Amino acid sequence: MTLALALEQLLNGLQLGVMLFLMAAGLTLIFGVMGLINLAHGSLYMVGAFACAAVAAATGSFWLGLVASLACAAAAGAIVELLVIRRLYDRDHLDQVLATFALILMFSEGTRWLFGSFPLYLDIPPLLQGAVALPGGAQYPVYRLAIIAAGALVAFGLYLLIGKTRLGMRIRAGESDREMIGALGVDIRTLYTVVFALGAALAGLAGAMVGALQSVQVGMGEPVLILAFVVIVIGGIGSIKGALLGALLVGVVDTLGRLLLPKLVGVFLQPAQAGMIGGAAASMLIYMMMALILAMKPRGLFPAAHA
Amino acid sequence: MKKLVSAATLALSMSVSSLAFAEPVKIGMITTLSGGGAGLGIDTRDGFMLAIKQAGNSEIEVITEDDGQKPELAVQIADKMIQSDQVDILTGIVWSNLLMAVAPSAVAQGKFYVSTNAAPAALAGENCNPLYFNAAYQNDNLHEAMGEYANKDYKKMFIMAPNYPAGKDSLTGFKRFYKGEVASEVYTQVGQTDYAAEIAQIRASGADAVFAFLPGGMGIAFMKQYAQSGVDIPIMGPGFSFSQDVLGAIGDAALGVKNSGHWAKDLDNEANKKFVEAFQAEYGRLPSIYAVQAYDAGQLIASAAAKADVKDTEAFRAELLKADIQSPRGKFKFNTNQHPIQDIYVREVVKDGDVLTNKILAPVFTDHEDAYAKDCKM
Repeated sequence: MTLALALEQLLNGLQLGVMLFLMAAGLTLIFGVMGLINLAHGSLYMVGAFACAAVAAATGSFWLGLVASLACAAAAGAIVELLVIRRLYDRDHLDQVLATFALILMFSEGTRWLFGSFPLYLDIPPLLQGAVALPGGAQYPVYRLAIIAAGALVAFGLYLLIGKTRLGMRIRAGESDREMIGALGVDIRTLYTVVFALGAALAGLAGAMVGALQSVQVGMGEPVLILAFVVIVIGGIGSIKGALLGALLVGVVDTLGRLLLPKLVGVFLQPAQAGMIGGAAASMLIYMMMALILAMKPRGLFPAAHA
Repeated sequence: MKKLVSAATLALSMSVSSLAFAEPVKIGMITTLSGGGAGLGIDTRDGFMLAIKQAGNSEIEVITEDDGQKPELAVQIADKMIQSDQVDILTGIVWSNLLMAVAPSAVAQGKFYVSTNAAPAALAGENCNPLYFNAAYQNDNLHEAMGEYANKDYKKMFIMAPNYPAGKDSLTGFKRFYKGEVASEVYTQVGQTDYAAEIAQIRASGADAVFAFLPGGMGIAFMKQYAQSGVDIPIMGPGFSFSQDVLGAIGDAALGVKNSGHWAKDLDNEANKKFVEAFQAEYGRLPSIYAVQAYDAGQLIASAAAKADVKDTEAFRAELLKADIQSPRGKFKFNTNQHPIQDIYVREVVKDGDVLTNKILAPVFTDHEDAYAKDCKM
């Protein structure tokens, strides 16, 4: 294996990690602040991708599509919070899982009803097309570098928002003691809606950015949702820092595992079998990692302070 | 006069017999109508229903249910259709892993299974069954054609497919005919959406060309990412990766890609012209290979139902075997293992006006049979 391949795969892992972080950040915020398990988070990711594809197709501009994805996902998040999620905070997790699972089905069928079952076309904007040379001679797509940069920007923005602003202070306070901050006169209902819309917007942004790389289709959110849950469980539920590190860990381990495991098995077996067995083992790798981490640190790598 | 009377009697008896055979036929269609693979299932359903509609036989009833591309769900639906709906024939499953969960048990219960797409090797050889028909192909076929085609220009190939029964059949089929060196053989996850790791391996492999079997959304994601990667090794694949249902979403990145198929929109025969026209008139879009296969499955069932009672298994099977249909593929007949013998072509993705579609370049195989028919003892 050459240095160029290793570097390229590392970047790929980073890019996957950053994308997972955008999903996991919203998921973990919502769980941390409101104690809610939101299975419909993947649907908001899908809403973002479809909004971006539809607006980009209508106007010809990916950037307008990106703005639309943020707006639509945030709006969808806020509406869902007001109509459904609000009634679930005091219920137990089973009710929340049931209700948000129903939301997945409604979002999926609603999207199918609006856009049909065939995947939509969404292309990368001209500005970010093509590839740049990496040290070592390999080429790397500009768009993936842009995703990494956007993810880093969002992570920094979240750090500022949570750590340095009044809203962030309230979010942190809501995490540690929600009754107390209600008693202190903070409008907890509005705060919850804002946090939910923020998480939804992040998921929508991830959906739109990834939609240009993959296919924009109904049901695209659920595989990502599963990975995002793995990320927040590894990182420690409720912790943004944990979500960031967990996401990068999952991204890099998954990408390198898919490259290295078949090669490792190939030392002992024929190429065809090695590809099959190595490929199957690679798809289990992150779950094995999760099991291992939970065995050693049952509350994840960076458990939120209050839990 | 005597002659005339006997002719009239004969004609009368024939019309009576054809009336007698207008027995009710209940068909259970299980296919993927939700989730990422829905495009394939919807084309399957629509192609099938077009054939049933054209047959104009009011005794044929079709019940359709969505399997969500989940094997366990497909099994539940099949049980329900067999036990409570009492269907005579099952059809429609797109994915080989789902078919393996449903078809063997359905035929064991004495029901017909007519496959519109999935055709795993496991059911084509030793374990072939008199009640199991495949109207599409055997899984390996289109991949075999690409292997044969690759011999011409390429010495070293990078080959990849998803890790499920049809993926394994795919690469096995490709290697059966490809004589050059295989640089690397990669199995990806089913439903995988990010191919960065595989593209990096392609770049590092030093292969002359890439063979990728990635149906549905997987192919869309791969082709879009490949176009941005700066890798310029040519791509080829079986028709599934570049079928009408995904071309629009892949966009211009698919232009010029060579792929194999047993059908294309421009295949020159009367039945095809009529089919493409009727499909477009009915649904307002171009048909894919899944639609063609299901259309033929529908035609097969309708043709047998016109002549035999489905409850008379032997007679109905004999009628199915005759394959008395006008297939848009041109030639169509069944091999001893009840899989088609047909021509396979190499096609190229071209732009027809604003729409991306496939154009036939040249035949690769004529009257191609699958490799497993010889193991089938029926």
